Amino acid sequence: MRHAVLIAAKDLRERARDKSVFLFGLLLPLGLVLVLNLVLGDLSGSSPFRYVVVDDDHGPVAVAFVEHVLPAAEESGAVEVRTAATTDEARRLVADGEVSAAFLLPADLSTDVLSGTAAAIEVVGDVNAPLGTEVARSIAASFTDGLHSTRVAVAAAVRAGSALDPAELARLAAAEPDPRPVVDDPTERRELDTTTYYAAGMVVFFLFFTVQFGITSLLDERHDGTLARLLAAPLRPSSILVGKLLTSVAVGWVSTALLVVGTTLLVGARWGNPLGVALLVAVCVPAATGTVAVVSVLARTAAQASGWQAVVAVTLGSLGGTFFPVAQVGGALAAAAGFSPHQWFLRGLADLSAGEVSAVLPSVAALGGFAVLTIGAALLMTKKAVAL
Amino acid sequence: MTTRTVLTCRGLRKSFGDLVAVDGLSFDLAAGETYGLLGPNGAGKTTAISMAVGILERDAGEVMVDGRRLSTKTTDAKRLIGYVPQELALYPDLTGRENLRFFARLYGMSGRAATRRVDHVLDVVGLADRAGDLAKEYSGGMKRRLNVGIGLLHEPLLLVLDEPTAGVDPQSRNQIMDNVHALAATGMAILYTTHYMEEAERLCDRVGVIDSGRLIAEGTRRELVDRLGEHDRISLVLQGDTEQALRAVGSLPVVLAAAAHGHEIDLVVDDASACLPDVLASVRVDGVVVRSVEVAEPNLEAVFLHLTGRALRE
Repeated sequence: MRHAVLIAAKDLRERARDKSVFLFGLLLPLGLVLVLNLVLGDLSGSSPFRYVVVDDDHGPVAVAFVEHVLPAAEESGAVEVRTAATTDEARRLVADGEVSAAFLLPADLSTDVLSGTAAAIEVVGDVNAPLGTEVARSIAASFTDGLHSTRVAVAAAVRAGSALDPAELARLAAAEPDPRPVVDDPTERRELDTTTYYAAGMVVFFLFFTVQFGITSLLDERHDGTLARLLAAPLRPSSILVGKLLTSVAVGWVSTALLVVGTTLLVGARWGNPLGVALLVAVCVPAATGTVAVVSVLARTAAQASGWQAVVAVTLGSLGGTFFPVAQVGGALAAAAGFSPHQWFLRGLADLSAGEVSAVLPSVAALGGFAVLTIGAALLMTKKAVAL
Repeated sequence: MTTRTVLTCRGLRKSFGDLVAVDGLSFDLAAGETYGLLGPNGAGKTTAISMAVGILERDAGEVMVDGRRLSTKTTDAKRLIGYVPQELALYPDLTGRENLRFFARLYGMSGRAATRRVDHVLDVVGLADRAGDLAKEYSGGMKRRLNVGIGLLHEPLLLVLDEPTAGVDPQSRNQIMDNVHALAATGMAILYTTHYMEEAERLCDRVGVIDSGRLIAEGTRRELVDRLGEHDRISLVLQGDTEQALRAVGSLPVVLAAAAHGHEIDLVVDDASACLPDVLASVRVDGVVVRSVEVAEPNLEAVFLHLTGRALRE
């Protein structure tokens, strides 16, 4: 073990002088987390969508939308609505990016609705705010669908011989309570908020690249001739491989710890109980190292290993939900996600967000299993790994 | 008085697919002796060396170092060997001192002993004033010297140098050869491979001539040269079609062996003074001009030419 530690210490000294480890291990993941947070941060609820509404109708339908539907949406905290006097002003606000979308209620909206002719609420969206625009369209569509349903219900009642006046029927239909939106409660649902989810996703995704800096140096040693010199020294060949694994694990632990702290400070990621996070990181890094080590041992050159490792990292990362929650799709894809260490890392964090430290133990056990299997497989291939 | 045998190689054999790189190679090396494996590129020298230092598994044969059996997994026998590979085996992002210190610790040295030894080796290889510079900032010759220095760190019983002067400037080459000479004087056994005849002649007590993986001759320089008998060596430097000139001169009955490398032709003949006019006349074909002629007693180059019909530098 002494020789393995010496080799790892030498490698770490070299890595510290190699700027690329800082790029892949810290700057790139932090940069992506920042970008994702800016793009997707609205979904977390911390920054509501901003809209403007122009009422050129002032009829009962417009009043219902402006005074009931939009305030109800504002109550959820997901949107903020302001009014504008003219459509030109509303369009300017959209064009200037001050709001994500504008609701334009035409002058004859109520008349058209009550007379049974086609009616619509126009939504003007900012091309740079597709999510906000889509939410605005959903609000408008939901309201107009409700109007259509009311009209159909009244028409059906009249044809069925209802004794009530159609206006009274419409009033009764409109008086039915709105379906309440489901309250989003991340804690109860064992779900990470958007910021934390993507921060954790990027951290575990880049971990599979960062740990390459240790194990892949074995291929560099072969290429540079230093592997021959190590093999000629009085040490067991397995010490060389173990030294490389130690380097990977050390680099992985340090970079992940820095990223956890960095994303907490920079984007407000909420990783959860530090002990639980530490347990997950402690086993996830060896799991990533083992996976990368198996690929490296099978490759003959550093370039080949790098290509294969990228394929493995992207595949496992996608499957594990680092870019989007694949497991929610269900079926075979969800089952396959169980073979990704990324999935277990993210699941462990989600469990931690809702429970005690012990909630991470299933994920810790799964990641530990990955680590034992993959590192064991790599060590079994020591002869191939250190062959000249 | 019996001489202590430091290295014994018996029946070494190694194949790569259908290619037999080393075939039944056997030789011994005594304490204080410098033994040269001389052969052209591709002769199997590096493969033989790799088996002799335990970094390449052999298909057959046995290696003993000071009575200890050597394999790729043994550590006690490896501790007795200092290995200087043909390639520059250095860590470019470490300083010269850090490179040496890392290997010193791998060989079990630590603390002040390691520091003293590293300082000593830096002095020996002439890098003391550049010890704090990164190895990647060294010139080619300095890297070569550091490469040799790492092999000396643990004061090995046996030093194995695989073409240590390949691609080195004349100044560094001389320094490396002086170092080897000085080490041999201390009683260290040295196994040295080269395809430079001059190095083998200058440094080695005994030479093994290797070709196509086989040891085709072995002995002191005198013994090897004497195998040629009363022969002379003629070296010609030509201008023109050397290959055609070689065919012409090679057909002369007085020429025992002939080989060309570049614009030079080496010949082994019975009596240079008697046959030189015929030789010069025969090479002057199709405008070939003789730029210089050298007649000398046979050397290892001539021995190799005589044994294989090819030049060492082919």
